[in-house]
Amino acid sequence: MGIEGIGARVARKEDKRFLTGLGRYVDDMVVPGMKHAVFVRSPHAHAAIKSIDTKKAKAMPGIIGVLTGAELKTDGIGNLICGWMIHSKDGTPMKMGAYSGLATDRVRYVGEAVAVVVAETRGQARDAAEAVEIDYEEMPAVTDAVKALEKGAPQLHPEAENNLIYDWEIGDASAVDQALDGAAHVTRMKLVNNRLVPNAMEPRAALGHYDKAEDHFTLWTTSQNPHVARLVMSAFYNVAPENKLRVIAPDVGGGFGSKIYVYPEEIVCLWASKKTGVPVKWVADRTESFLTDAHGRDHHTEVSLGFDADNRMVALKVDTIANFGGYMSLFSSCVPTYLYATLLSGQYAIPAIHCNVRAVYTNTAPVDAYRGAGRPEATYLLERTVETAARELGVSPADLRRKNFIREFPYQTPVIMNYDAGDYEASLDAAMREADYAGFPARRDEAKKRGKLRGIGMSCYIEACGIAPSQAVGSLGAGVGLWESAEVRVNAAGTIEVLTGSHSHGQGHETTFAQVVASRFGVPLEQVSIVHGDTDKVQMGMGTYGSRSGAVGASAIVKALDKVEAKAKKIAAHLLEADESDIVIENGEAKVAGTDRTLPWFQVALAAYTAHNLPEGMEPGLKEGAFYDPTNFTFPAGCYIAEVEVDPETGHTDVVQFVASDDFGNIINPLIVEGQVHGGLAQGIGQALLEGCHYDPTSGQLVTASYMDYTMPRAGDLPSFQVSTTNTPCPGNPLGVKGCGEAGAIGSPPAIINAITDAIGNNDLSMPATPQKVWAAMRRNQ
Amino acid sequence: MHQTTYHRASSVSEAVKLLNDADDGKYVAGGQTLIPTMKQRLAAPSDLVDLRHIADLKGIEVSGDKVKIGAAATHAEVAENAALAKACPALCHLATHIGDPHVRHMGTIGGSIANNDPAADYPAALLALAATVHTNKREISADDFFVDLFETALEDDEIITAVSFTVPEKAGYGKFPNPASRYALTGVFVARRADGVRAAVTGAGENGVFRAEAIEKALSSSFDASALDGVTIPADGLMTDIHASAEYRANLIAVMAKRAVQAANG
Ligand SMILES: Cc1cc2nc3c(=O)[nH]c(=O)nc-3n(C[C@H](O)[C@H](O)[C@H](O)COP(=O)(O)OP(=O)(O)OC[C@H]3O[C@@H](n4cnc5c(N)ncnc54)[C@H](O)[C@@H]3O)c2cc1C
Repeated sequence: MGIEGIGARVARKEDKRFLTGLGRYVDDMVVPGMKHAVFVRSPHAHAAIKSIDTKKAKAMPGIIGVLTGAELKTDGIGNLICGWMIHSKDGTPMKMGAYSGLATDRVRYVGEAVAVVVAETRGQARDAAEAVEIDYEEMPAVTDAVKALEKGAPQLHPEAENNLIYDWEIGDASAVDQALDGAAHVTRMKLVNNRLVPNAMEPRAALGHYDKAEDHFTLWTTSQNPHVARLVMSAFYNVAPENKLRVIAPDVGGGFGSKIYVYPEEIVCLWASKKTGVPVKWVADRTESFLTDAHGRDHHTEVSLGFDADNRMVALKVDTIANFGGYMSLFSSCVPTYLYATLLSGQYAIPAIHCNVRAVYTNTAPVDAYRGAGRPEATYLLERTVETAARELGVSPADLRRKNFIREFPYQTPVIMNYDAGDYEASLDAAMREADYAGFPARRDEAKKRGKLRGIGMSCYIEACGIAPSQAVGSLGAGVGLWESAEVRVNAAGTIEVLTGSHSHGQGHETTFAQVVASRFGVPLEQVSIVHGDTDKVQMGMGTYGSRSGAVGASAIVKALDKVEAKAKKIAAHLLEADESDIVIENGEAKVAGTDRTLPWFQVALAAYTAHNLPEGMEPGLKEGAFYDPTNFTFPAGCYIAEVEVDPETGHTDVVQFVASDDFGNIINPLIVEGQVHGGLAQGIGQALLEGCHYDPTSGQLVTASYMDYTMPRAGDLPSFQVSTTNTPCPGNPLGVKGCGEAGAIGSPPAIINAITDAIGNNDLSMPATPQKVWAAMRRNQ
Repeated sequence: MHQTTYHRASSVSEAVKLLNDADDGKYVAGGQTLIPTMKQRLAAPSDLVDLRHIADLKGIEVSGDKVKIGAAATHAEVAENAALAKACPALCHLATHIGDPHVRHMGTIGGSIANNDPAADYPAALLALAATVHTNKREISADDFFVDLFETALEDDEIITAVSFTVPEKAGYGKFPNPASRYALTGVFVARRADGVRAAVTGAGENGVFRAEAIEKALSSSFDASALDGVTIPADGLMTDIHASAEYRANLIAVMAKRAVQAANG
C-alpha cells in the first residue's frame, strides 16, 4: 500500500485551504459589473396571488430590475421537473403539479420565490424586495401528509386529486398477508421519521453571467453535480443550449443531498443576467436555507413483522405515507420508493415483503434526498421493529438478529436488490466486543446508583450505494444514467491531472482519488491533481451523492488508468527494447521485470509527447478517458451499538458510548473514512435526539426557522465514537470498495432510540427524543 | 440589516445626548440581541449609540457585603471575576453558562436585563438576590424592574449604569438549557439572605421572570434540597412552546430548584 497509496491514512490535501480560509466558494466569486439579487418570497403557506405590483420597487435607488414569473414564462423558461418517473399501482404515471421558478398565480409554501430584485447592492435589493406589492388571498394550509390525504383537506395542485402524487407498491401483498396470518408472532408498530433541515455549512448561492459578445452563459453554483444541472437547464428549462452554458461548482461547503437539485434561484439568476444585462449573484441567508433548501425524510409508517414459532422472520408488511412538500423536487419521487422499499429486507432473510407508499403534497418546503435518502427510513423502521420484536419474544436482540441474518451470497431479496457480499455476523461480533456488551448489566447498575437510567440499543443496517447501474435504474423510471466518467492526463513531465465527473463538497476526493493514481504508478501524491466541478473542463459526469464517488467515480478513474498504463508500457517496452509483457510500472519508474533496466516515469511521459521515438503507428500523447457503468449497487453494512443515560427527573439523554462497526469493503483512506463515519453519526444522532423540523399545522409557518429553535448537534452532545471496520471486498468493482458517506446517518438513529426505550422501559417514543418527550414517555409508565 | 449610523459615547451624558439627537436611535452594548434583531430587519434604528466604552459603566466591585457590577461588564468578566467568585459564586456560574464564548465576551449584564428576554439568565439572579438596578436617573429594585416579556421599568433614554446587591448567605442556580438556543428552558436561582429565602424562575413564566412562592416557603423552613420533596408547581401561567409544555416546565422548576439548592449548599 505504501505511505501514500491505497489504504494509507493520508491527511486531506484540500484541508489546508479550507482551514486557512483560502477555499473559494461561490460567494467569493466576483465578476466585473456583478450585481446582487434578492428574492421576494411568499410569507404564506398557501395563497392565491391576485396581483404583483413592482412599480414602487423599481423606482427605488440602485434598482436594475424587478422580474416576475409572468416574464419568466413569456421568455419560455420551462417549469421545474422531476427526473424519475414513478407509476402508481394502477398503472397511472405520478401526478406532478406545475412548478415554476417564480410563482405566478399561487404559492404553496412559506418561502416560495415569487419575484426577484436585482440591484447595485444587496442592501438595496433587500429594501426593494420589501417594496414589491403582492396581493395575496390566503387559503387554508395543510402541513401533515396524513391530514393532507383526508377528506376535505386543502387541495394543492389540480393535477393531484386528494394531494396524492402516487400510490405505489412493491412486493407480493397476498403472500405477505398469508404469511402474517399464519405467523406465530407479529410485531406491529407505527413510526414517524422526522423531517430534517439539511443545514449545509455553506448556504446555497448562484452567480449567473450572460456574456453578450459570445452569447454564452456561465453559472457558478453550489452544486453536487454541475453536469446534471447543465443538462437539466438546457434540456428542460430552455435557459441555454449545453454548448452555450458552462456550470462551475467550485469549493462547496457541504451538501448532504440538498445541493443535488436544480433550484429556482439558479435558473432565475442565469435568466435575469441576460434580461438585465449584468452578472447576477444571489447568496441565501440562513433563514432562506431553512425555508427553501429541500428538506429530508418526513414519513409516517405502519409496519408488521411476522415470525414463526422458531423466531424466524416470515413476512414484512410496510405502509408508508411520504410528505413531498408543495412541489416535486428533482429526485424526490425515487427516494421513498427505489431508495427505500428496496432496502426493507435489511440484513435478514425475509421470504415475503410488501411495501405500499403514498406520496403526498403539503404546504411545506419540497422534500428530497438527504444523507442516506430512503435508506435511513428503511433502517429506522426495520431496526426498531426487530428490537421491539426481541423484547416481545423475550429473546436477546443480538440472537434474534443472528438467527435471521442472510449468510449466503449473492442473495436475492424479494424487493429487487441482489446483495453481492457481506458478513453481518462479523460486524455484529466486532461491535459487541468493542461495546463490551456482556458488561452492560454492571454498567446499568452502577448508573442506577448515580440516579441515571442506562440503556443499550443496537442497529444492524444495510444500504445500497455506488448508485447505480444505468440500465437498471432506467427500467425503474430514472431519467438519467448513473455511470461516471474520468480522464487521466499525464503531462509531458510526468505529473498527472485527473478529471472526474464526481464532485467533492467535503468528501476528500482530492486526496483519495490522488491516492488511487499515485498507487498505480508509484508517483508522489503531490504530483497528482484532481480536477472537478466545471463543465468546461470535465466533459460529462453525474456528480456525487448516494456514496457513489468511490465505487463509481474511482472505478472510472481505474478504467482510465488501465488504458494509460497499457500505453505507457508499450512506450517503455519500445524504449527499453523489451517485451511489453515484461514491463512493470512501480515506484515512479518503468522497468523490465527481473532486470535492472529502468526508465523514470517522467521519461516515459516525455517520450509520449516528444514523439521522437514511439512504437510504429502510435499516436503521441498520454491521455485516456473512460466511462464506468456499475453492474450492481454496492452494499455496505454494519452494526451500531449505543449506550445512553437518561436523567429520570428531566428526561435528558446523554449518549455515553457509541460503537460503529462498518463493512465498507476495501478502504482507500481510513482517516477519511473515519471522518465520514463521524460526520454521519453526528447527523444520525442529531436526527434521533435533537433535530425536528416543525411547521405550525394551522398557519403553515416554519417554527424552527433558525438555530434558536432548530437544534443542530454540537460536539458536546456527542461521545467520543469508537469506530472500526470489517471487510468483505465488493466483488462488483475493480477497487472492491462499497461507499461510506451515508452509513453513519443511516445506522445510528434506531440504535439511539432502542437504547433510550431500553433505559426508560417505554417503547412509545418518536424522534427527536427531546428531554420533554422522554420525560413524557416516562410519565406514561407510571 | 437596514442602514444605520454608529456612535461611540464616552460618557453617560454624551450617550443620552446622542440618543436624543437621533431620529430613531437605540443604545447598543454587546449587540448580541440587538444586532441579530436588526439583521432580521425586526428593528431598524437610524442610529446606534454604543455604551461599552463608557468608563463609568465598567468594572466589578466587591466591598464588604456589597457587590456592584457595571452595566457594561461582559458575561465573561462576571464569570471570571475572582472577588465575585468568593462573594457569590452562583452568579459567576450563571454567567459561565450564557450562550457561547463569543456571546460571553460581547454580551453585557446591562444589555441582558434591559432586554428582559423571558428565557435570559440574569433576571432570575437579580430577582432572587433582591438586587438594585442603578440608572442615570434613579435606583430601581429588581422587583419593580422586570415588568413583562421584553418589558422593563426603563424609560426610553434611560441608561442602566450598574446593578448592586448584598452578598447572600448562600445562593445557587439550576439551569436546564433549551436544546437549540441554550437559553434557559427553565432556570431557578435561589438565595438565602438574612431576611429570608428568595427563589426566582426564568424561562418558564408567561409573563417573564417570577418568584416561586411554594419553593421559597419550603426552603424557608429548611434550606435543603429535601425540603422540596413533594413540592409541586402548578402549570398555570407557564409557557408552552415546541420545546416544552407548561407541565414539563412545572416539573423542571421543581427539579432545577433542588439542583440550585444543592449547588448553594456545595
Ligand atoms: C447565540 C446566543 C446565545 C445566547 N444565549 C444566552 C443565554 O444562554 N442566556 C442569556 O441570558 N442570554 C443569552 N444570549 C443573549 C446575551 O446574553 C446578550 O448578551 C444579551 O441578551 C444582551 O446583551 P448585549 O450587551 O449584547 O445587549 P445589546 O444586544 O447590545 O442590547 C440589547 C438591548 O438592551 C439595550 N441596552 C443595552 N445596554 C443597555 C444599558 N446599559 N442601558 C439601557 N439599555 C441598554 C439596547 O438598547 C437593546 O435594546 C444569547 C445570545 C446569543 C446571540
